[in-house]
Amino acid sequence: MSEKSMITLKIDGIQVSVSEGTTILKAAKDNGILIPTLCDLEGLTPYGGCRLCLVEVTGSPKLFPACATPANLGMEVTTNSERLKNYRKMTIQMLMAERVHMCAVCVANDHCELQALANQLGVNHVEFERNFTREPIDSSHDFLVIDRNRCILCTRCVRVCDKIEGVHTLDLKKRSKDTEVIMDLDESWGNSCSCTGCRKCAKVCPVGAIYIEGESITQTKHRDVAEFITARRNSK
Amino acid sequence: MDNNDNSSSISNSKVFEKKIVINPVTRIEGHAQIDILLNEDNSVKEALFKVTDFRGFEKFTEGRPYYEMPAITSRSCGICPVSHILASAKACDAIVGVTPPKTAVMLRRLMHMGQLIQSHALNFFHLSSPDLLFGFDSDPAKRNVFGLIEKHPDFAVQGVKLRRFGQEIIEKVAGKRVHSSEWVQPGGVKWPLTRERVEYLQGELPKASEITKNTLTMFKQIVNNFEDEVENFGNFPSYYMGLVNSDGGLEHYDGKLRIMDKDGNAVAECTDALKYQEYIGEAVEPYTFMKFPYFKKAGYTDGAYRVGPLARLNVASHCGTPLADEEIKEFKKLGKNGIVHSTFHYHYARLIETLFCIENAKKLLEDPEILSENVTSRAMVNNYEGVGIAEAPRGTLIHHYKVDTEGMITWNNMIIATEHNNIAYNKAITQVAKKYVKTQQLQEGMLNRVEAVIRAFDPCLSCATHAVGQMTLDIKLFDTKGTLLDRQSR
Repeated sequence: MSEKSMITLKIDGIQVSVSEGTTILKAAKDNGILIPTLCDLEGLTPYGGCRLCLVEVTGSPKLFPACATPANLGMEVTTNSERLKNYRKMTIQMLMAERVHMCAVCVANDHCELQALANQLGVNHVEFERNFTREPIDSSHDFLVIDRNRCILCTRCVRVCDKIEGVHTLDLKKRSKDTEVIMDLDESWGNSCSCTGCRKCAKVCPVGAIYIEGESITQTKHRDVAEFITARRNSK
Repeated sequence: MDNNDNSSSISNSKVFEKKIVINPVTRIEGHAQIDILLNEDNSVKEALFKVTDFRGFEKFTEGRPYYEMPAITSRSCGICPVSHILASAKACDAIVGVTPPKTAVMLRRLMHMGQLIQSHALNFFHLSSPDLLFGFDSDPAKRNVFGLIEKHPDFAVQGVKLRRFGQEIIEKVAGKRVHSSEWVQPGGVKWPLTRERVEYLQGELPKASEITKNTLTMFKQIVNNFEDEVENFGNFPSYYMGLVNSDGGLEHYDGKLRIMDKDGNAVAECTDALKYQEYIGEAVEPYTFMKFPYFKKAGYTDGAYRVGPLARLNVASHCGTPLADEEIKEFKKLGKNGIVHSTFHYHYARLIETLFCIENAKKLLEDPEILSENVTSRAMVNNYEGVGIAEAPRGTLIHHYKVDTEGMITWNNMIIATEHNNIAYNKAITQVAKKYVKTQQLQEGMLNRVEAVIRAFDPCLSCATHAVGQMTLDIKLFDTKGTLLDRQSR
């Protein structure tokens, strides 16, 4: 990698220096400021899908997804205003309402990023009418299971399958709230001829949508997935 | 809840009767009302136990993977989630078709002992003992667990301690006190028990044992004050059902399902859980959401049977632990051929079982194999149908699942302990009402006894129908035309 020049910007009033091209999310994280996100995972291409990392940039009325916006020289970023907090709470509630999120009986209970974020942001109820979907569960694979009712469409699985494993078994079909993660050309998982069974999709899933049958979630996510993916990516 | 609506079908169809409604019945797990139908001369014609709520676990679990069932079904109850977890896990074991390792079975049994201890302590000390210590005619404002703490603080503390011990067993074994479903999985359990935890529980055992022995002694003394109640509290012959082990001894986790008649003859023994429907039929009545299981050979309603502590001690020949064996011998002397019919003695049986559970927990904890780390047999779906039977604190619990080739639930039937006793409830409250209700005016003592007989069974209606809501007591008295004559609320 070529040497990049350093730039300086302000995040929440703190002066920080990062190399050029760094995203606001990464710049903040490297300086101890955590911006909530569900779709972003270090080592994967930014997606900007969950909208939880939206930040304010002085001088612009727009909000910017911190995961997909590069830090610029002299930028003044606010990550935690009241407006942003409210937006984030609402986003979490909309994610909860869109499909079925019943923590008590979910495989990812206590190890779920959506649940943790809801707790952290103080989301203790959902104002919107819940849309209880009844998508059939695909358990046709030998050990990988997808319960699309729990999917938040962060596409981490799609990206890890494409960019890291390099097989692109997973992709999306349909649009908006009807969007679904599919295997190959909408095959059942057991019939997918490209899936290598590498389990990365289960490891990166922030919720309990993709999991390994018969394995507890702690076993599935037993080490820092981001570190592992970054290492794989850098070795390419 | 609109009580008038609920009872209208009966009051319209039987306009010549008067009716007393106790709604809801208090100090039980869940919601129910009791309708007492009077004849023209104000004598009691019949009493009906009506369960008024519905939740529908059997429907909404369709399409879920079988291995989620322990977690989902355990949510039907916060009192005996362990029993649901175990019955469900056993049904899942049957679906994957493997035998869990010995240590896994021991650990599941140990967890179940904790469940039985805590639930029995809850019923005896928190729910039932106010009736026994204050008497049925005492002031209802005092006749509850708070009155108990005020008047008999030491006794109340004993109850809390015993229950805590039961909860601690569950927590040490499975990680959480309530809904510890993450630990159990088809084919065994997820993690083994540590030596520190075994030693901790062993240290707590003697205290729990002492409390139980003292309570048994106390119960045997005060039971003499309740001769009338023993005689009239659902004291009628019926069939009894419960699990027994290969020796015919007391069993709560596995074994064969034995049905015994009123004279102590084993009329049926179901060794293959999948065939339980050959022995048990389920009838439905329009006035309640709770089904009426019955012994098929005898038909509905002659095939009324009871389950729970009383039934388990009736069907078992012995307990299998020294102290409990002594107690069961004494217990069996209360009835002809060792069969005790009085529902009042559920309390007695519950205490004997608690003693057995403590002794059995001790035995399990002393076995070095409890520390083995081989606790899971792994397998995929091999059978498309599975039945799990376990003895919950309140009686036999049956989970029956059918799955598709991928292991998704296509059909689910749960028969809850409380349901088995349904016909017996009506018989018992009718008997009590006939004895004590003799007037159009509502009197504290008579209604208390009607309520208390239900409490003796220790029903768990949140399990049986999966109900939610507020708990108050609303008693209504109607005349022949359905006009409200008297009403008391508390």
